[in-house]
Amino acid sequence: MLTILFDGIAYGMLLFVLASGLAVTLGLMNFVNLAHGSFAMAGGYVTVVLVNRLGVPFLACLPLAFLVSAILGLIFERTLYVHVYRKSHLDQVLFTIGLVFMSVAAVDYVMGSSQVFAGIPSVLQGQFDVFGIGVGRYRLLIIVICGLLTVGLQFILSATRFGSRLRAAVDDRRVASGLGINVNQVFAFTFAFGSGLAGLGGALGVEILGLDPTFPLKFMIYFLIVVTVGGTSSITGPFVASLLLGIGDVAGKYYVPKLGAFVIYTIMIVVLIWRPQGLFARGAAR
Amino acid sequence: MSGERSVTARSVNAVAASHLASRARWQPLEIAFWVAALATVFLLPGRHLILTEIAILALFALSLDLILGYAGILSLGHAAFFGFGAYAAGLLAKHEIVNEPVLALLLSGMAAMVLGFVTSFLVLRGSDLTRLMVTLGVSLVLREIANRYSDLTGGADGLQGVIMKPVLGQFRFDMFGHTAYYYSLAVLFVLFVLARRIVHSPFGLSLRSVKGNPSRATAIGISVDTRLVAIYTIAAGYAGVAGALLAQTTAFASLDGFSFDRSADLLLVLIIGGAGYLYGGLIGAIIFKFMQDWLSALTPQYWPFWIGLLLVIIVLVGRERITSWTDPIRRVVGRLDWRSALRRASASPAEGN
Amino acid sequence: MPVVLETIGLEVRFGGIVATNDVSLRVEKGARHALIGPNGAGKTTLINLLTGMLRPSSGSILLDGENITDLSPHKRVRLGISRTFQINQLFGDLTPLETIGLAISERRGSGGDWWRVVGSRPDVIAEIVEILEQFRLADVMGERTVTLPYGKQRLLEIALAIACRPRVLLLDEPAAGVPEDERHEILATIAALPADVTVLLIEHDMDIVFSFADRISVLVNGELFVEGAPEEIARDPRVKAVYLGEALDA
Repeated sequence: MLTILFDGIAYGMLLFVLASGLAVTLGLMNFVNLAHGSFAMAGGYVTVVLVNRLGVPFLACLPLAFLVSAILGLIFERTLYVHVYRKSHLDQVLFTIGLVFMSVAAVDYVMGSSQVFAGIPSVLQGQFDVFGIGVGRYRLLIIVICGLLTVGLQFILSATRFGSRLRAAVDDRRVASGLGINVNQVFAFTFAFGSGLAGLGGALGVEILGLDPTFPLKFMIYFLIVVTVGGTSSITGPFVASLLLGIGDVAGKYYVPKLGAFVIYTIMIVVLIWRPQGLFARGAAR
Repeated sequence: MSGERSVTARSVNAVAASHLASRARWQPLEIAFWVAALATVFLLPGRHLILTEIAILALFALSLDLILGYAGILSLGHAAFFGFGAYAAGLLAKHEIVNEPVLALLLSGMAAMVLGFVTSFLVLRGSDLTRLMVTLGVSLVLREIANRYSDLTGGADGLQGVIMKPVLGQFRFDMFGHTAYYYSLAVLFVLFVLARRIVHSPFGLSLRSVKGNPSRATAIGISVDTRLVAIYTIAAGYAGVAGALLAQTTAFASLDGFSFDRSADLLLVLIIGGAGYLYGGLIGAIIFKFMQDWLSALTPQYWPFWIGLLLVIIVLVGRERITSWTDPIRRVVGRLDWRSALRRASASPAEGN
Repeated sequence: MPVVLETIGLEVRFGGIVATNDVSLRVEKGARHALIGPNGAGKTTLINLLTGMLRPSSGSILLDGENITDLSPHKRVRLGISRTFQINQLFGDLTPLETIGLAISERRGSGGDWWRVVGSRPDVIAEIVEILEQFRLADVMGERTVTLPYGKQRLLEIALAIACRPRVLLLDEPAAGVPEDERHEILATIAALPADVTVLLIEHDMDIVFSFADRISVLVNGELFVEGAPEEIARDPRVKAVYLGEALDA
């Protein structure tokens, strides 16, 4: 049972890294970016190509995946997204769905539609026993990396100047820019960073979640659930939500295989009935 | 003296009444539209298959217009009701529970309405994002359920072995799609007239107020939740009927009915034609289907790319600018009373502000 | 005169801030009761509490003796409380005809009617026209609200509240934002409100307050500071201090 808990935590933390960028973008710019998964997919495919075709070691690909997705994010943000910020939520939804469709079809065309795999180094394969718990090495790596990232994010947000600027801009954009904070710069950087995180998550997730061109569509709902259940006003909210979902999904699929997939949806519905603004949201809903 | 005043009062009342009622009056362009639709029955016999698809899509888009265009509910999972209605109709026919298609259609629609009612409370509270999520979640849950219980639904292969009996016991479904088209067009027309009636009623007016300013609507005594539940339920029923029509005219139902693609395509259909005046879904369906036909011939596997590109372009250019071509139609059909608009245009400028 | 609207120890907190503090207000039937006070005193908050847009942390609200504290906003409207907003809250896309018609249909219970065509009931039409004429909106009745000048919109704002045929009408700064040349219409309209409608008015403009009100309550920092007839309030040095003190601090 503890193995399941362990696996669930790994899954949850992976979800968190994937979804955190979306949480920040939504909280910061009130922008519904359904194409977030496309940046994750980009990171995943970059890793696959680098490992399989160019023989780059897996661990070295992780920062590259982050970088590529971050750069992609920056480019898209500055050229396209910036025009859509002020539009209605419906427009944002239509726009990002459009991007998803385009990215899915484009990747399908370039990479083919079957699932792809990245060879993970043998040192990361298999598991070792810790007090009777089967600790998967790869999953341990995920937990370590994601844990460090979470701590790092929390640190950046609460202890650095950039973090304060970001939090100010999230709280009240007009006042923040009135205080001299370059809100556009903050947006661009944050969007790029969030996309980079998604890319990293995508790279890490190839092994656990599986990667094919429909990735952004398959996982869209998961990211949305994390963000809605966890709220967008903190890091801890989505973090706890991701863990809840990760453990719930893994446990559900193990103990109740016929209905396992519903656990996530049920959690979502229950939470939304109880607290429409998410578990951790502050005050008024967006 | 009082006689004079009562004459003036009566004439002001009459003007007021005519202003209000003018919206509901059938405009010539509308009549032309339906006459043209009827004409396709006779003039385009070779195209009845695709026309049936268009009619079904139009009905589906109409149902989305009711909640998005008139009540402002953003839904990413409207296909939930479509798929539900499709399976309902398919199962009714396959297991010979109800053999007559029209009756089965009504029952499937009602089943979808029940589903709509049950899930409506999820879209009442929360932000736009919550609604998107919840509606998407519901459609995905249904898809999962249909996938799991594959002994009932046929799972990924779809519902096989559906044999349709003749409509009203008389009109056999033929392989050229003639009966299918007459049937679908008739259903579309009847439901459209009903929707038109609803939209021009006090209930419809209250929906527009809820969409425009929900807190003010509450402040004049409107129970916003009740109205939203009502229109969501009705729209679910309409979507269910559309799904049932598809199942009946193709003798097949599949997981695709619940897919996100279907909900996303539907949004595009409604956006192309414009939401909020009932004809947008119909016009959008016509354009979308022909576009899909043409694009699929060009690039069968990657046509979602072009759909995606179209969505991106529409948003970047601006929905209003794109649909401004429908403005003359809107003005005539519902947004403004064109007769008084003409009168005002020709009246003296002194009447202005 | 009997008390038609009463609050008992009404209190609301936002986090650590007490926005409304132990407010016990009594409004008599048919009164023209003004609520004044410096900015941020909590006047609009009080209105939001009375209409149900805000739930109190403690205390109760009575309408003609009936406890309405737990009623949802739209139910309170049905019972006879309606309000206007400080900034116009109208339905931009609807015409004055449709806007007033909406309120009247709701009041008559036919708001949920999905079969009848709007405009097919002559009695409703007559009532709509009556109100529109009363508020000098008959000449623009078929225009979309968003195209109307601000003064006309303000009139519509008040007309809409009146169309609900309230027992108690809460006016939140009715003359706010109205250009000079259109103010007199607003004022004349307020002065001509039916005598059986009780009016609670928030206003900053002292001319309006003193010409219109028969009773004044002064709200400061969420508390009822002092209450009385206009002459008493005008003479009270503490009231002047509260206002002038604010000006000196600023």
